[in-house]
Amino acid sequence: MQKVLTGNQSAAWGAMCAKAQVVSAYPITPQTTIIEELADIVAKGLLDAKFIKVESEHSAMAGCIGAQAAGARTFTATSSQGLALMHELLHWAALARLPVVMANVNRAMAPGWSIWTDQNDSLAQRDTGWLQFYCESNQEVLDTTIQAYKIAEAVNLPVMLILDAFFLSHTYEAVDIPGQEATSKYLPPYKPSIYLNVDDPHAFGGIVPQDIYMEFRYKMQLAMDEALIAADKADDDFKAMFGRGYGVVEEYRLDGADYVLVTSGTVTSTTRTVIDDLQEKGHSVGLLKMKMLRPFPAEKVRKILSGRKRVAVLDRNISVGMGGVWSQEIRSVMYHLPEDQRPPIYDYIVGLGGRDVTPEFIEEIALDLEKRPVKDCDQVWIGLKE
Amino acid sequence: MAAPYTKYLRMNRIPHMWCPGCGIGIIVKALTRAFDALEWSPDDLALISGIGCTSRAPGYMNMHTLHTTHGRAISFATGVKFARPNKHVVVISGDGDASAIGGNHLIHACRRNIDMTLVIVNNFIYGMTGGQYSPTTPVGARAATSPWGNIDIPFNIAELAKGAGASYVARGHVGSGVQLERLIRGGLDHKGFSVIEVLSNCHTQYGRRNRLADPIDLIDHIAKSTVNIRKAAKMSDGDMEGKYFVGLIHKDENRREYCKGYEQVIERAQMSK
Ligand SMILES: Cc1ncc(C[n+]2csc(CCOP(=O)(O)OP(=O)(O)O)c2C)c(N)n1
Ligand code: SF4
Repeated sequence: MQKVLTGNQSAAWGAMCAKAQVVSAYPITPQTTIIEELADIVAKGLLDAKFIKVESEHSAMAGCIGAQAAGARTFTATSSQGLALMHELLHWAALARLPVVMANVNRAMAPGWSIWTDQNDSLAQRDTGWLQFYCESNQEVLDTTIQAYKIAEAVNLPVMLILDAFFLSHTYEAVDIPGQEATSKYLPPYKPSIYLNVDDPHAFGGIVPQDIYMEFRYKMQLAMDEALIAADKADDDFKAMFGRGYGVVEEYRLDGADYVLVTSGTVTSTTRTVIDDLQEKGHSVGLLKMKMLRPFPAEKVRKILSGRKRVAVLDRNISVGMGGVWSQEIRSVMYHLPEDQRPPIYDYIVGLGGRDVTPEFIEEIALDLEKRPVKDCDQVWIGLKE
Repeated sequence: MAAPYTKYLRMNRIPHMWCPGCGIGIIVKALTRAFDALEWSPDDLALISGIGCTSRAPGYMNMHTLHTTHGRAISFATGVKFARPNKHVVVISGDGDASAIGGNHLIHACRRNIDMTLVIVNNFIYGMTGGQYSPTTPVGARAATSPWGNIDIPFNIAELAKGAGASYVARGHVGSGVQLERLIRGGLDHKGFSVIEVLSNCHTQYGRRNRLADPIDLIDHIAKSTVNIRKAAKMSDGDMEGKYFVGLIHKDENRREYCKGYEQVIERAQMSK
């Protein structure tokens, strides 16, 4: 079935296809319409789910954790300040190994109040133990929501899928909604091995002494390693069934390219057109789209970027005092390579607080990359006003 | 009487973002008149808010202002009061801001009885985010998140504040600006934690969903659902069903104010050295 949906509606329809059983949420712009759409879907009887409308995001995640621990498939969505408020419970969900799925609409952090997009909210949650997937189109939002459950439940870790405020959340596109029967085959009902069950009682959230705490963390790391495989498999299976796949990273016109632009989120779509133009003009430049931040697809990135002349990472975020987060991640995985295979990696800061990242800016980056001195690669701010 | 408003407003920030006819304007006006009646200088005033339509007020007001995070205005304000105990600290907050996400801070500020004034704009809904029900939405009322009617039983904010220990509690409404100014002035002048709940109209988000889309109709509806506290005392519970009593609900001048208590404990500690 084809429908014209916003990015937010696509997330809601994804949760519907995945048959989420409990939805717990608190409103925040620009996430609100995800939950409103889901409420509508439930009211129409298209989804048999319970709705908990709570008094804060902290409680929203607590509601999901409780329901998930009781054996239900859960969904929530938030953005920016709301995600920040959840922080304590993001750790909780991950460390308790509960496969909660959440959509986060990327919105800039305050103060300097803004409702527009950048990635600082979700990137600040990088170390909580959640898997993170950055989406480029509404179709990808819907498909990733379904895939998210498949991956989360395979490795018992929570998954966050991420979409840009307004550029995706409130923009309409034609979206294909997979049939319920096929989706149920792709994603069978959630069957946790351990859950709150009166017939087989367990204690959750106990105190862990020094002699085993580390082992719990190690097991999470192993689960993240497994997630690298589970994410590929979920995408391959999805493609086999529905004809669409995305890859945890995607190479776009990279064959033989000397220069590489690395993007995530909606900046990717704009960059595709710039790459097309530049290649036509004879520039040797291609695109690497990063979809997955955690677990970090280190092997894939190394393989794609090794031996290139130069790499530009477009970071719609800033870890102030250090630089863009994606560029730090990429540099650190490339460091292991022999020097002659390790291209200089330049960090371009773009589009904070929802400022447009126009084709002109992206072209400026691509051309700048070809001639910038090697040492001068720490941070380049694009489109800054005087 | 010459209008004192401009003294307390940042005229260069007008026009404001509120919908035409929004009750928040009436409340801001009552606040400025109360400040003026007390002859308080903008320099001695700190106005602090959280997030929401209501919480945009400090942006338009000419005094020390702090626009903080959703639900936490009272905590920020407590910091301001402790750092500058001689300043007048006023918090303005929506019903969601003050009683949902920030409900915990509300009851604890009441309990401590710290000297500041909290004006809660109760428009029965989350205005800014598009009309989701709040802890004060009446049972049966429609909201974006309760299209078939709300089933949550609402807070009575004024009673909650009184029960939690606030030493000045009043309730007014946007249909009566003069009374509202008087109640706010009383709260500002009181030494202790003062809570003034103001029933207000959000015709855009609440009214439209509840057949009261016109601001005048909604203000009228609010006015008609209020009963003066003295009259209410003589009415039966049945007659008060769905009604809100308005006026000065509670005032206790003997309850120890928190900054005072803090000073005393420091004095005691230093004397024992
Ligand atoms: C942590 C966090 N969660 C959610 C929001 C989104 N949000 C902004 S205002 C608001 C509610 C506003 O309602 P209310 O407090 O009643 O004020 P009103 O707009 O009606 O004046 C919400 C949920 C936010 N800013 N921060
Ligand atoms: S949405 Fe409601 S509370 Fe907000 S400005 Fe409009 S009328 Fe006022």
